Amino acid sequence: MKRQKKNAFYIALAVPGMIWLAVLFIVPFYAVLAIAMGKLDQLFEAPVAVWNPLQWSSENVIDVWHDLFGSAAFAGPIVVRTIVYVAIASALSLAIGYPAAYFVARFAGRRKALFLVLLIAPFWISYMMRMLAWVDLLQTGGYVNKALGWFGVSPINWLGGKAVTVVLGLVYGYIPYLILVLYAGLDRIDSSLIEAGRDLGLGRIRTFVRVTLPMSRQPILTGLLITVLPMLGDYFTNQLLSGAASTSMIGNLIEGQLGTPGIEGQGAVLSLMLLLVLVVPMVYYVVATNRSSQVAS
Amino acid sequence: MTAPAIPAETPAAEPVAAAPAPARRRRFRRNPWGHAWFLEGFTWLYLIWSLVPIVIAVLISFNRGKSQASFQGFSWRWYFKDPVNSVLHDPALHAAVIQTVRLSVLTTIIAVPLGVSFALGINRWRGYTSSTFNFVMILSFVIPELIFGVAMFFVFTVLFTTVKLGTVAEVAGLVTWNVSWPAIIVQARLVTLGRQYEEAGADLGANQFQVMRRVMLPLLGPAIFASAVLVFSGVIDDFVIVDLLSSSASNTPMSVIIYSTQHGGNGGPALNALGTISLVLSFIIAIIGYIGYRWLTRGERGSRLDALATFAGSDKFEP
Repeated sequence: MKRQKKNAFYIALAVPGMIWLAVLFIVPFYAVLAIAMGKLDQLFEAPVAVWNPLQWSSENVIDVWHDLFGSAAFAGPIVVRTIVYVAIASALSLAIGYPAAYFVARFAGRRKALFLVLLIAPFWISYMMRMLAWVDLLQTGGYVNKALGWFGVSPINWLGGKAVTVVLGLVYGYIPYLILVLYAGLDRIDSSLIEAGRDLGLGRIRTFVRVTLPMSRQPILTGLLITVLPMLGDYFTNQLLSGAASTSMIGNLIEGQLGTPGIEGQGAVLSLMLLLVLVVPMVYYVVATNRSSQVAS
Repeated sequence: MTAPAIPAETPAAEPVAAAPAPARRRRFRRNPWGHAWFLEGFTWLYLIWSLVPIVIAVLISFNRGKSQASFQGFSWRWYFKDPVNSVLHDPALHAAVIQTVRLSVLTTIIAVPLGVSFALGINRWRGYTSSTFNFVMILSFVIPELIFGVAMFFVFTVLFTTVKLGTVAEVAGLVTWNVSWPAIIVQARLVTLGRQYEEAGADLGANQFQVMRRVMLPLLGPAIFASAVLVFSGVIDDFVIVDLLSSSASNTPMSVIIYSTQHGGNGGPALNALGTISLVLSFIIAIIGYIGYRWLTRGERGSRLDALATFAGSDKFEP
């Protein structure tokens, strides 16, 4: 009896949050599904949600399928471009982020707090401000071109639809998150293990390859996830730093379809497709997070 | 430590080997192979690349001229001097600052109690329903923001049509998006606290409400405070949700104004001024947060570094 009362108390605590999540997280996704499987109001070009699964139509899905794989597919190349950009950007982020995180976790010594503050700072600076900073620097008369001018390079139109600019923008935008995850993971490696590797006769490189690297596999994976997931849904970095159709990514496609009469339903289909592809890595992340918190308790 | 185990080392290794064991280990831990000059240089280069552009962008907000590309001398023109285009006098920019603060306050007021009570309930109520909802909650922060934003956009344009796009929709979206901060941080804290405190409280005759109010809430104070700070600053920084859910100039916050004005080709140092204002706002919150957190946890063993890690969102990002 007492046990039941106790449970009721905790259930009552959890219920408001559960209702909120149900109404404003689960229901919205059902709404997207109902629109994706819905019809188009021909008169107003507005999407009509079909709530009953038995009446779902595949109009939008077929349209999107044609955009992706049909003869005049324009979305197919965008998807390929997105994958290429995100792959390069996340590889670059890892290549830059790992050494920095490794240094701060292992060697910063008493200056660790200083380095940590500097690493955390971008996390506290508005994303748009950070992108704006690059818009300033990369203008035709901006400081980057001025610096290049000293070496005799004539001004480059960085913001005119350059793939390099977009990829570097993505790296710049999301690398702080990767570094923080890497730092946290590397910082937790017990230094006596590295000591042991050294004591047992491994050179510094072999110690790193055989001890540190295997132990940082988990942080690398989660760190990459935490940067790749938002990069795949990014449209603003691209728009600010390029704005050209030649560099547009899947995020630009979806965002452009929202609010455009007639094709909003296709935006719904595309975002659900993206979600479907990402469900596996997302669930992996959630399970990995849960597992380690259970170990901790 | 056998002799062949140490091949020709850096000079620093010699005194290390001679030092007594604890000191040796300490020095080793701090610095196993002499100083990592290359790594340190690399890290500084990264930090310069990461932070100098921001410094330049802040500098340009004080530009005397109209250029966003180069600094032509100091002035307050884009903050309040210019009678038309300064943040103070341009109604859209002015409204954006107010809207950002409004959204941050409203979201924090709703999301923190909601998330804290959710965490308390879920953590003690072990069952299929609770673990499913916990899963949903964690899902809500790994999902790409655009996909979530699209869902919110459709739910307010097709289903909950009485709630128009605007402040209410923005707050609803932001609360869902940020409720995982308190929910995760408080759960992490509950795990480290264990159950002995509430059991002691119950043994001393407190009922459940009294245990909550007198024992649990004070113990969870630092976690709740930290999550409020993170929610508040998260809303200042947010872009996608508010971009998709705002409908007019009166409910468009700073991040969206910066984006749409710059993208629309009307950029100017006034946008840098707006960005600088949001930066200063975030830093004030961060400093208040850090000092407050250190004060709240003053009796505990946690270090400066732990406090810093908390404000980098370590509870959420660490697997």
